[in-house]
Amino acid sequence: MQPVSELIKNLADQFGRERHNLLPILQGVVEQEKYLSEYSMIEIARELDLPAAEVFGTATFYSFLEHKKMGRHIIRVCKTITCSMKGKNQILLTIEDMLKISLGETTPDGNFSLLQTNCLGFCHKAPAMLINNEVYTELTPEKVRDILSSYMKKKGGLNDN
Amino acid sequence: MTTNYLLKRVDFIFKNENDWEEVLGKSISRSPQELINELISSELKGRGGAGFPTGLKWKLSSEAEADTKYVICNADEGEPGTFKDREILSRVPFKVLTAMAVCGHVIGAKEGYIYLRGEYFFLKPELTKAIDEFEYYCHEINLDFKIKIFMGSGAYICGEETALFESMEGKRGEPRNKPPFPTSYGYMGKPTVINNVETLAHTFTIFKYGAKRFYDLGVQYSRGSKLFSVSGDTPKPGIYELELGMSLADFVDEFGDGDTKAVQVGGASGFLVPRKRFNETAIGFQGKLTGISLPTGGSMMLFNSSRSMFNVLDNYLEFFREESCGQCTPCRVGCQQLLKGIKAVKRGEKNAYYLDKLLRLAETMQCTAKCGLGQSVANSFTSIVENFREEMIY
Repeated sequence: MQPVSELIKNLADQFGRERHNLLPILQGVVEQEKYLSEYSMIEIARELDLPAAEVFGTATFYSFLEHKKMGRHIIRVCKTITCSMKGKNQILLTIEDMLKISLGETTPDGNFSLLQTNCLGFCHKAPAMLINNEVYTELTPEKVRDILSSYMKKKGGLNDN
Repeated sequence: MTTNYLLKRVDFIFKNENDWEEVLGKSISRSPQELINELISSELKGRGGAGFPTGLKWKLSSEAEADTKYVICNADEGEPGTFKDREILSRVPFKVLTAMAVCGHVIGAKEGYIYLRGEYFFLKPELTKAIDEFEYYCHEINLDFKIKIFMGSGAYICGEETALFESMEGKRGEPRNKPPFPTSYGYMGKPTVINNVETLAHTFTIFKYGAKRFYDLGVQYSRGSKLFSVSGDTPKPGIYELELGMSLADFVDEFGDGDTKAVQVGGASGFLVPRKRFNETAIGFQGKLTGISLPTGGSMMLFNSSRSMFNVLDNYLEFFREESCGQCTPCRVGCQQLLKGIKAVKRGEKNAYYLDKLLRLAETMQCTAKCGLGQSVANSFTSIVENFREEMIY
């Protein structure tokens, strides 16, 4: 993992420093850091020669560009109608119980954050959730326990996404 | 009068795409005018939900004067209950890429973008591979057309075409005023064709088989077939390609669980149809002579009698409240107040007549909101409150 200021410079070199490259740069920082700190946003503004408020305004518009410190694995449980009908609450309770955190919180070891999200587009395989970029569907409490356990085992590994 | 069109399965979209090189070669050897005429005579309308005639869109962009133009594939599929576009991009990506290149040939664009929603990030590696292979072939046949993927970051509103441009330009995804329309002033202020994934896939079918094969399907004003994303209380959820113009009653016969109380046509921004109206409702675009015809981006959610329509509406309104971009007051405040309002009625803090005030608020939003999001909240709100008023109160 490279220091965030270096990362921002590299991303700007890669994508370009025009305004229309702002989103890919923000996404690149979130991919590594899992969130955008105030420092990152100011650095990006400096790198692209934009007002910091513009960067902040853009970044906070998008629900996947977190601006609060997040865990290494961000769990997003779909809460839209079909998932909600097919047992989303059971899934949330299972995760909360297993990780000992509530919705919106991060585990003390910084491994998991638990969030809800709007329609993931898996209504025919509800309920569904994302862990970082991986999608899991047709969830049951048992299945969720297995999935989380496998992530817990991976903990500390170099390649945990 | 009831409509008499039985459900007809069609298999165009997911049919193999192995001949894409041939279809591409054949199409770009034809003149832009010919291709536009082909599309216009097919009467293909946009499959994202709004139903704008595709041929006309391409024609307007081709006539716009500019040194740079763009083709954009809208893969920001976010409407609750819709999941067809992902399936197209993962199963027949070359159809979409071919259609984009043909569109580039028609309007004079050398660059295309696929705006892929952040939730579908896992599709990106496969899609990138397909694009590489596609561009390699374009290079071989001396076709100057490049395609890039632009990732979204979790914002439903960015599926609105002008919000999508704003987002691609590195800004908040706030819709613009229209006019000017994208065909003259789109991405980076340049003439842009922006089509839904499924629309592009249909143009592949049309260029391959000719307009007639497509036009022969469906009914007047609603030609061709369409993918439907079926979910909710159904024994067979999934994606089905069906001929347009079917009656909702036939649809429910096929997909219902025997106890269907209502169907939400077109996702949270669409309409709820109660059982008593299944017979008179057809699925297609407006202008049908018999019964009510509902347009749809393909989302069909079935609810059986165990479901509370209050919970359904509550879920939709919460969705809209979160996804409203907050730019215009009717939508920003309207979504909040509708949600607060139905909760207050449910809890008995407001009496039942308050629902009528909320209906008027929804009507105001329909007239005054800046974009389709705020305008369409009234669709589900009004159709649910009017048909299931008692469930809102007790």
